[in-house]
Amino acid sequence: MGRYLLRRLGNYAILVFIAASATYFLASFTLHPDINYLSKNPRPPLHSIYTILHGYNLDPHTPVCLRYWRWLTGIVLHGDFGRTYDGASVNTELGRRVLVSTELLFVATVLGAVGGVAVGAWNALRQYRPSDRVSTILSYVLLATPVVVIAVGLRTLDTAGDGPLVQYIGMYDPKVHGTLPVVLNNLEHLVLPTLTLLLAQIPFFSRYQRSTMLDVLGSDFLRTARAKGLRRRQAVLRHGLRTAVIPVMPLVVYNVVLLFTGATFTEEIYGWHGMGEWLVDSITSNDVNAVAAVAIFTAGIVLIAGLLSDLVYAALDPRVRT
Amino acid sequence: MTTPASATGTAAPPRSRSRGALVLVRFARNRLALVGIALVVALVLLAYAVPPFLHWTYHDNDFASLDTGPGAAHWFGTTHSGQDLFALTLRGLQKSLVVGLVGGPLTTLIAAVVGASAGYFGGWTDRVLMWFLDLMLVIPAFLLLAVLSPAFQHGTWLFFVILLAAFGWMITGRVVRSMTQTLREREYVLAARYMGVHPLVVIFRHILPNAASILIIDATVQVGAIVLGETSLSYFGFGIQAPDVSLGTLIAAGTPDANTSPWLFFFPAAFLVLIGLSVAFIGDGLRDAFDPTARGAKSRRRARPAVPRSRHARTARTARNPRRKPTAAVVPAAATQEGVTP
Repeated sequence: MGRYLLRRLGNYAILVFIAASATYFLASFTLHPDINYLSKNPRPPLHSIYTILHGYNLDPHTPVCLRYWRWLTGIVLHGDFGRTYDGASVNTELGRRVLVSTELLFVATVLGAVGGVAVGAWNALRQYRPSDRVSTILSYVLLATPVVVIAVGLRTLDTAGDGPLVQYIGMYDPKVHGTLPVVLNNLEHLVLPTLTLLLAQIPFFSRYQRSTMLDVLGSDFLRTARAKGLRRRQAVLRHGLRTAVIPVMPLVVYNVVLLFTGATFTEEIYGWHGMGEWLVDSITSNDVNAVAAVAIFTAGIVLIAGLLSDLVYAALDPRVRT
Repeated sequence: MTTPASATGTAAPPRSRSRGALVLVRFARNRLALVGIALVVALVLLAYAVPPFLHWTYHDNDFASLDTGPGAAHWFGTTHSGQDLFALTLRGLQKSLVVGLVGGPLTTLIAAVVGASAGYFGGWTDRVLMWFLDLMLVIPAFLLLAVLSPAFQHGTWLFFVILLAAFGWMITGRVVRSMTQTLREREYVLAARYMGVHPLVVIFRHILPNAASILIIDATVQVGAIVLGETSLSYFGFGIQAPDVSLGTLIAAGTPDANTSPWLFFFPAAFLVLIGLSVAFIGDGLRDAFDPTARGAKSRRRARPAVPRSRHARTARTARNPRRKPTAAVVPAAATQEGVTP
């Protein structure tokens, strides 16, 4: 088992390395960090522009291979992902953005997973009743609705009356001072993005949960549990739901982990400066090192998600553990 | 016993035709699926047949009415520069539809070819292809597409579709591969192989038709995925470029003004939702139609009066669910298989 895991991790490391290198080269060829300086008005002297960029390992006059080598050795030897085009440390920016994304996603993913499972199971128990039909139609509509539309729709609803009901731009209002008010304000700013993510996630998870739950409800072991004398409620919760959740959990874990860079629209629209926003902003600002860092992060996340969902599955399903 | 020649040559066509007819009948029985088909046909007609009859084309500016709401002259209102939003939306709809309808099947085609080759040839071919597939999964597709987009800015939308398809086939590819691995040992495949039929012919004539249900369903689902992918890339300015419009660019342009001029955002968005809905309906209808245990299939068989109707419906539903998993729950399946393959 240990050797197998090691081999797998080694294989993963090679994949991440290739993905990151490919992204670095592609980004170096297609993005032009010097544009950020050339478009300044008044334009700084060319000489100083390229001296500055040279210091950040972004100078287009240096051969790509040399830049790549410096970038690679920086990461491997010092864990340093380089500089953004304006000289900030990519590491610092990465750390800050991961924290922002974590805060944004924590509540949303926990509520989304629990809510999705609960709604799905509830619908399965009441199959073909009006509540099931209504939520089926609703989930069809929500699943067909892109996140942008959900986000902007909620924003529009929020401001439909006189002024916004709930504040939503950024993490908190910079005019608020003091610890407690800032925390409260921060929570208020979480409401709309969290709702957006929930509306996108709950229908998705609940459809799977509903179908696995329906499988379980017709099963023999549930009838046995009832015959043993358990109440329907007990049997369904203790024997049914527990079994029905197993196939859904890896899906939940996989999607939750991938959401780290997948909440792009939510972060853009509500002004949260997290990883998802960086995915887009690093490209639009021609920031080669940042793009490469995001690529490494995303590649790492895909692998972690795969591993984690395997582990969760193994932990939940005894048949896999052998 | 039939000879291999008759098994491969003459027996196949009538069986597949009757199966196709059966699927069609079952599909036609599904009300939601028919709604989906009707929606797609209506959208295509609207996008392609209506614009010539309109007073405004999408590149005309009506300077007498800038940023006006929906009304008699402009059904969906106008933009800040006086473009008729109805014409713009139809133009965007054209682009989104064509991108989806070309890109979806293309994605499935790539998945089918790669997956079937990996499964059929096995050995090093399999190892190399699966390794490549893993790599494609790891590479952040959005990032790469966005980084590549300046290079293709002056190309046609077709480039863009090919790029989108190139990053969407992996998970289906894995499913096709595992299906092929079981099909490879079937008698008719072995017979064809021992007769010296070219491997590619075996794949296209004997393997892929047997995975047709998965492939057809996947092609529909991919249409939705490609449309969404195009929209999100265009939204951030990496997709369809300025003089041309797609629903994505329209939505992006309407986002800042969604509070003050909601029509700029919500009309294009509504069409996007309609595309998504119709594709989902058709996909679900196909899934049920291909599934021999689904309700529509059973109603033809012997009716069992002892089983009450509601119970019957439920068993049919549960029986169909295992079949749902291969296509629907492919995401975790792929994730869990990630390291098993090499």
